[in-house]
Amino acid sequence: MHSLPNRPIYLDNQATTPCDPRVLAAMLPWFTEHFGNPHSAEHVMGRQAEDAVEAAREEVGALIGAESREIVFTSGATESNNIAIKGAARFARSAGTLSRRRVITIATEHKCALEAVRSLAEDGFEPVELPVSRSGLLDLDLIGAALREPTLLVSVMTGNNEIGVIQDIAAIATAARAAGALFHTDAAQAVGKIPIDVQALGVDLLSISGHKLYGPKGVGALYVRRRPRVRLTPLFSGGGQERGLRSGTLPAPLVIGFGVACRLAGAEMAGDAACIGGLRDLMLARLRAAIPDLVLNGDPDVRLAGNLNLTFPHVLAAELMAAVPDVCLSTGSACSSAEIEPSYVLRALGLTPAEAARTLRIGIGRFTSRADIEAAADAIAVAYASLAASRPIPARSAVGA
Amino acid sequence: MIYLDANATEPLRPDARAAMLEAADLGGNPASVHAAGRAARRVLEDAREALGRRFGARPSDIVFTSGATEAACHAIATLGRNRRIIVGATEHDAVRAAAPGAAILPVDRAGRADLDALARLLVGPPALVCLMAANNETGVLHDIAAASLLCHENGALLFVDAAQAAGRIAIDFAESGAHAMALSSHKLGGPPGAGALLLASQCATVAPLIAGGGQERGRRGGTPALPAIAGFAAAAERPSPAARLAGWRDRAERQAVAAGAVVIGAEATRLPNTTCIALLGIPAEIQVIALDLAGIAVSAGAACSSGKVARSHVLDAMGLGPAADAAIRVSLPWNAQESDIAAFADAYGAMASRLRARRAA
Repeated sequence: MHSLPNRPIYLDNQATTPCDPRVLAAMLPWFTEHFGNPHSAEHVMGRQAEDAVEAAREEVGALIGAESREIVFTSGATESNNIAIKGAARFARSAGTLSRRRVITIATEHKCALEAVRSLAEDGFEPVELPVSRSGLLDLDLIGAALREPTLLVSVMTGNNEIGVIQDIAAIATAARAAGALFHTDAAQAVGKIPIDVQALGVDLLSISGHKLYGPKGVGALYVRRRPRVRLTPLFSGGGQERGLRSGTLPAPLVIGFGVACRLAGAEMAGDAACIGGLRDLMLARLRAAIPDLVLNGDPDVRLAGNLNLTFPHVLAAELMAAVPDVCLSTGSACSSAEIEPSYVLRALGLTPAEAARTLRIGIGRFTSRADIEAAADAIAVAYASLAASRPIPARSAVGA
Repeated sequence: MIYLDANATEPLRPDARAAMLEAADLGGNPASVHAAGRAARRVLEDAREALGRRFGARPSDIVFTSGATEAACHAIATLGRNRRIIVGATEHDAVRAAAPGAAILPVDRAGRADLDALARLLVGPPALVCLMAANNETGVLHDIAAASLLCHENGALLFVDAAQAAGRIAIDFAESGAHAMALSSHKLGGPPGAGALLLASQCATVAPLIAGGGQERGRRGGTPALPAIAGFAAAAERPSPAARLAGWRDRAERQAVAAGAVVIGAEATRLPNTTCIALLGIPAEIQVIALDLAGIAVSAGAACSSGKVARSHVLDAMGLGPAADAAIRVSLPWNAQESDIAAFADAYGAMASRLRARRAA
């Protein structure tokens, strides 16, 4: 068995990624010597910060095939999702075009998107949550059927944060737009991990998070299509920054770090994905060799390279995690990781509450090494064997229930 | 470049930088239950407690936000529901935009809220009053204690935007009697990208403005901006440089007056670091450009509305007439040097005599 290193092995890269040291180094001067407010156009320190912010906007746009003026900086993907979903609905309501009342999403969306969509019921909209198949993918016939009712907005995430599956965004966006609906995708997990081109995909609105692509926490972006122009009502107003869509002083150092993170992701995506995918396969092979009844949740092929979502026979995920305290794992979304409720994403795949309680998420990232994977796989396998051996026999007969 | 535009953003304090770097090393998401997540969570909760101690709030009633704009909009959207909204005439744009139909509470020529008018406005159905502790353009302080008393007597809620005041003058949220207060990290020497909404316990269960994964006890979704929040708390714990800055500000002001300037809001109690000075007849924009060329960064008002220099609603509300177009804001950062004041006074004096001579010619 490999000995564990002197700090935890971080395998929770869907919750958050470590800030890349190159990003941190690029940000630091903008915290200290170049600390001007990017909205202070009246003096040179403000203009320097503004120029750097605009360069970052270019980098973010370039990563997804967008023009820089289509990028609105926010505090993160949660805020981006809120602005996109509520903003599109509120604009439609204010414009008096409530003929399209339906807002469609899927059962496995991130909680913030689901909550935003559900909240629209209060404003007279009709939220629709489509189920997904056992593999976690949306059946395109379902979206076609749902779109027969006049629909304002379809919001379907690109890569899932718990099970890693990647939806067929191009097809869903095409269907949505053919039906006259706007299309939004929460791409927080996908941007920087897989190639994304807003033109090729045909999306109108796309949410990005800084800290999911090795950038800083506290910054994100919303892509807002200009041709044809997507109109939104801001979530909150104020100084009128970001063309009135998002008021508040832009956190210049965070924005600049986010830009660098996007540039690095663009340059290193292919290499990262190959390397991370190899580590993912190694982890899965090692665990399967030790635990033959292990079940991989989510489509095995159409998924983010860095994600494994595994249901273990017999043993509770919480017990397994407690038995490997030096490996950072999770039972699902970080937001609700303190909750005892079974993951609604896994339930949507058809897992029973008992199966969901035996499920772990393993998130591999840019800074995960082969040694990390070997050590973690061995530690998990050993802990599993010891926990499974201590199970009473009747519990074993419940496998697969 | 001599930076005298602290009210736009304060330079980062070294303690804040150190705290941020330490937090950046942790990496985890504070909502995660594993070791990295728990370490991040500890930093987040320590920051919450530090802010609570410094500003007189219960840690559980502090909601971290992306900044003061979000905090102000959140407070007004939730506390203002089913209430009449009364907004001070010189409030920040974030507050004015969040309450477009609000009744306006006038100020006197020194920029102080007219409390007799407030008493009259409070007669009627329950209200939410929005009043800033200190003005961003003039540094003028409102009498929050008196306004709070009036609000309590009339069953009104009080929201205080303390973005400019926190870190510069003593702020005790509990003692103020306010029901909500907005704070900004980068206005007190912390990094940009973090802020806080302080809530009184009877108002502590507000609906989120940004809905999400249940963070901040369901009051603000999204992964907290951890290194920024750690820097925010570290900056807030630093003692205020008020005493030193007030003396220098007064000196800069005396020298500007000697060069022909009029001080706006001079009769009011003001922030120790801020002066708003007008050179009648010389557009503010021209003064700012001249000082920028002389290596001194000041501003003609709020920094928010990038590029466009609009007439200041603050100075208009004070009834200053033509002086409103001719005033610049000089705001000393926490790390100002005595030599900065002399350099400013020299540049200002030279600019004033040159521009006035040109105007006379």
